[in-house]
Amino acid sequence: MKNSQFFRSTAGITLMAAALIVLPFVAALGGQAWVRILDFAILYVFLALGLNIVVGLAGLLDLGYIAFYAVGAYTWALLASPHFGLHLPIWVILPIGGLLACLAGVVLGSPTLKLRGDYLAIVTLGFGEIVRIFLNNLNAPINVTNGPQGITLIDPVTFGDFKFSGTTQIFGIALSGPQKYYYLLVALAILVVIINLRLQNSRIGRAWQAIREDEIAAKAIGINTRNLKLLAFAMGASFGGVAGGIFSAMQGFVSPESFSLIESIMILAMVVLGGMGHIPGVILGAVLLSILPEALRYGVGPIQMALFGKMLVDPESLRMLVFGLALVLVMRFKPAGLWPAPERKRESGEIQQVTAK
Amino acid sequence: MTGTLLEAKAVAKHFGGVKALRDVSLTIRRGEIYGLIGPNGAGKTTFFNCMTGLYVPDGGGFSFDGKPLVADAPDKAAARGIARTFQNIRLFGNMTALENVMVGRHVRTRAGVLGAIFQNPATKAEEAAIRQRAIDLLHYVRIEERADDLAKNLSYGDQRRLEIARALASEPKLLCLDEPAAGMNGTETEQLRELIDGIRRDGTTILLIEHDVKLVMGLCDRVAVLDYGALVIEDVPAVVQKDQRVIEAYLGA
Repeated sequence: MKNSQFFRSTAGITLMAAALIVLPFVAALGGQAWVRILDFAILYVFLALGLNIVVGLAGLLDLGYIAFYAVGAYTWALLASPHFGLHLPIWVILPIGGLLACLAGVVLGSPTLKLRGDYLAIVTLGFGEIVRIFLNNLNAPINVTNGPQGITLIDPVTFGDFKFSGTTQIFGIALSGPQKYYYLLVALAILVVIINLRLQNSRIGRAWQAIREDEIAAKAIGINTRNLKLLAFAMGASFGGVAGGIFSAMQGFVSPESFSLIESIMILAMVVLGGMGHIPGVILGAVLLSILPEALRYGVGPIQMALFGKMLVDPESLRMLVFGLALVLVMRFKPAGLWPAPERKRESGEIQQVTAK
Repeated sequence: MTGTLLEAKAVAKHFGGVKALRDVSLTIRRGEIYGLIGPNGAGKTTFFNCMTGLYVPDGGGFSFDGKPLVADAPDKAAARGIARTFQNIRLFGNMTALENVMVGRHVRTRAGVLGAIFQNPATKAEEAAIRQRAIDLLHYVRIEERADDLAKNLSYGDQRRLEIARALASEPKLLCLDEPAAGMNGTETEQLRELIDGIRRDGTTILLIEHDVKLVMGLCDRVAVLDYGALVIEDVPAVVQKDQRVIEAYLGA
């Protein structure tokens, strides 16, 4: 019994690993654009899992999450580009980006500690916009962010001599830039999943969930809600900061445009649509919501041509229409998300053992 | 064993013009079950909230376990050893019964984020201890079979028991129960009486706010009566029951 279970889970993991390894080559058949779409899907998984700590676990509705992503992205851009002539290595920049984002999380968190629900959402929304506008205007009197033009020629991720941009040959297999980033992102995403899982089932994770469920009862049982809320903001933000750094390196270019309100809302939608607080659900939500719009973008035009012989509706607007409809339908028929946390099965074995004592 | 555990000195609290508490002074001794009764709106829950740090009193103060109790934050009160349940049950509905009790261990444990991420031996050991203690407590209040059910799916009586188990998880010196028998039938009340009596026998002092006069008189060692925010009498049940002012307060004569 135990053996077959072990076998099944090992087989499952092996299958999934094989699928994850082969995926970028399959995607490459449709062109490198699809590999890039995959990269972004995993980047969004990363971001959604970070936001899941704040929204899903601690229950703090954050509509400005993209600001932390922006902090991380600009940290990388400023410390590894010709803009300031700095080219620091990854193990210096990523921690700095994570820390700065973490600091931004605390700065945002501290004045909002007494707010909940709608009110918190509005303040965080404002914060997100403030960061974007700051980045947009911080080109005078001293040019820090280069304003709306953004920063170009950002260094790619490099480990020693190994560059993540351009094509390299490894064991006779040609790996394109996006494919290499894909593997880097998958590795990081697995790390984030593990951190999320471990946090969720820890003393801190339970305290967060308690705050989400009933803040007054949480206080009465001795949880310092102020510190734990700040911690949730800080943790979520630092994930956003690291993701931002990778984004910056992958794109080679950042501008304030990438960090608009709609991005925050997208990430929140991924968390809510997938199943708040349930890690597999959040991953599903992130993958669906990042790939679906792109699939529609590429699919809608050719389908119209095939059906009607001409373009009836602009693919771009139809894409958002279908997307919106899908969101409404999911919220109508699966309000807890596509893959919500199941009511945990009774761990009857464990309880029986205790009773027998 | 004997001696004062909690002393309230002229505690006052008003909401606008309403004087919810007028200089209430009382003492709770170690190891006793102390009853606090009074008609609706007499200030029982307000007193409770002042003591556990949910409200800041406007006058007077508390001393607990020999030291002044600076009750400005509920988590500090919990850390000092005061645990409470709520009149309207406040459980963590979407967490399992076991997890609810595990949360109760929060103030007596210390694992942080890094411990959780790296799973060092100390954290693992602490986590196992938390789980074991929580299971033991569920046994203690006799709802171990519901351990993995979500708290919101428990029956009313079981929810009351779960709330008590969660409060006990913080190893309180003083356990405050706010109307634990509200909405219970005769059998459930009797079972609750046994549970409370057992908790006292195991060494925890209990402050009981209750409407059920029969339960209070049968269970408590001493009883205080509040009316219009003021203390009417503080004595053993036999004396309180016969006190003319108490009868008036309850019958409105």
